[in-house]
Amino acid sequence: MALAYVDTARRALDSDLFYSFRRSPATVAAAVVVLVYFFAAGLAPWIAPHNTYDVAILDLSNAFLPPAWTASGKAQFLLGTDDQGRDVLSTIMLGARVSLMVGFAAVLFAAVLGVTLGLVSGYVGGVVDAAIMRVADVMLSFPAILIALLIDGVARGVLPRDLHTRVSVYVLIFSIGLSTWVQYARTVRATTMVEKSKEYVQAARVIGLHPALIMLRHVLPNVLGPVLVIATIGLAIAVLTEATLSFLGVGVPPTQPSLGTLIRIGNNFLFSGEWWMTIVPGAALVVLVLSVNLLGDWLRDALNPKLR
Amino acid sequence: MADAGGAVPLLRVGGLKRYFDVSAPLLNRVLERQPRLTLRAVDGVDFAIGRGETFSIVGESGCGKSTVARLIVGLYRPTGGSIAFDGVDMARLRTRRELAQVRRRQQMIFQDPYASLNPRWRVRDIIAEPIRAFRLIDGNAAILERVGELLRHVGLAPADGEKYPHEFSGGQRQRISIARALASKPEFLVCDEPTSALDVSVQAQILNLMKDLQREFKLTYLFISHNLAVVYHISDKVAVMYLGRIAEVAPTRTLFSRPRHPYTRMLLDTIPDLDMTGRQRTPVAGEVPNPINPPSGCSFHPRCPFAADRCRAERPEPIPLADGALVACHGVEEGRLPEDVRPLKAVS
Repeated sequence: MALAYVDTARRALDSDLFYSFRRSPATVAAAVVVLVYFFAAGLAPWIAPHNTYDVAILDLSNAFLPPAWTASGKAQFLLGTDDQGRDVLSTIMLGARVSLMVGFAAVLFAAVLGVTLGLVSGYVGGVVDAAIMRVADVMLSFPAILIALLIDGVARGVLPRDLHTRVSVYVLIFSIGLSTWVQYARTVRATTMVEKSKEYVQAARVIGLHPALIMLRHVLPNVLGPVLVIATIGLAIAVLTEATLSFLGVGVPPTQPSLGTLIRIGNNFLFSGEWWMTIVPGAALVVLVLSVNLLGDWLRDALNPKLR
Repeated sequence: MADAGGAVPLLRVGGLKRYFDVSAPLLNRVLERQPRLTLRAVDGVDFAIGRGETFSIVGESGCGKSTVARLIVGLYRPTGGSIAFDGVDMARLRTRRELAQVRRRQQMIFQDPYASLNPRWRVRDIIAEPIRAFRLIDGNAAILERVGELLRHVGLAPADGEKYPHEFSGGQRQRISIARALASKPEFLVCDEPTSALDVSVQAQILNLMKDLQREFKLTYLFISHNLAVVYHISDKVAVMYLGRIAEVAPTRTLFSRPRHPYTRMLLDTIPDLDMTGRQRTPVAGEVPNPINPPSGCSFHPRCPFAADRCRAERPEPIPLADGALVACHGVEEGRLPEDVRPLKAVS
């Protein structure tokens, strides 16, 4: 078995995909940046210089300190501090963690929902297809942010205040996911309709396999290529949407700030000269989204046989 | 139709029909005042296939021969008519279990060996799928052993099971396809143009393999093809289809040496042959009419050199002849067509 894994690994390094990856310096750079983010965000609670969630160690006399390289900066706060004396570098690491978690969860939710509905829609066809696609059309005619705002607003209205604070992350994931599943559904539906007419699916039908099994075992593995591309670009969009919502104040609670929340907090002090509080998290967000987008673009081109 | 020994044929098809609704969407129909359109792909087809026989259906593209194949294996539901497999009416089977019992005994080989194997599956899993689906063998080791045996039967090595379909050539893929079809130990194989996507040299290999397997496993074939040379090589009986109906059914040698129906004659004339260089051929005139709006009477009359007024008005029914042939043609019935006797070697 171990040998099989070595074999698979060697084949992966030999593959066209890896070759096109190595050939593009921008993609390699983007991949490194994304890995650094994942590493920093994933291990933030252990490697961040300060625990900014712990109110007890916050010292308001450290508030509004500029980055360490400026005249009045302190070495222990590399990128300065915010209005409550929290270390900006640490809040960014922890914020990126929240942003990425929300992004990943939203992408996963949207992908599972979209792929399932797309598969069923494309495979079953007829009235089921028409119904699902009309719902998708309606969803598509609203901007994603608007849908997310709407759902968040409803959640705020329905849930008690303290409960809402606790579940606000999930509401955020749900609303971002619900506003982006249409892309997955449409793509998967189209690919499914192509695959469905191929003879290997008919061979499975001749055997009398249950339609659900045919969709799961035969069609699904053959429609996942484009989904991977959409999911990668979708991660960037989800992180951005989350940041936008948090910036507008309907995202995660300020006690567990995401990158968007940090930018919003910093925005209040931008004109009083404390630029680092909003510029640094903003730059962090831009670099993350740009890198993920570059990766997605590369993946789209690499998996597209027409561009080879 | 005369069956060998008068026994129940393995497959009997009666009045089989399949119409497709090809109308424009409802809104367009209402706005543009278009009528509903039905395409009569198969419009009343009768035949029976005896055990161990190879029954071929030939015809031009769009004549409905593939639709017949798909109806028989259950990929389409018939609009009308009956399909009886081993005396059991397929329409009567309601539960999955009953259907599975019949489906295990009939399998299908497809036309395009590049599309009929799932590109993400290993060959051993592709071949094992019917075994697992019908729970024929328990235990992974036993299943793999059976897969190896099947691969040997079709002239591949058991080790090939570890590979993926893209590592094989077209002919090898068709062998894999045949191995999958044999996996559930079927008695009846529907072959939908199994060689038309292959090189000529590989075609012969696959046809010979199919003949060998037929002898070894006592298989019955329904063979769909547009290639008359292939059909001559493999069949016991041949049905010629035209626009959703059968024009002529006859034992292979009879059909190729004494074609009765004008359409059959026309098809046979298209086979290129050195011996017939001097012979006056009837050129294949015109194209197959649109099955959405077929001609009145005999649907072949616009292309038929012998068409009379009756052909334009009345649809001919199949009439049995003395030598076992069945011909749906007014001209043959009235005896006004000239005899057409040909040497058999012409096609081989």
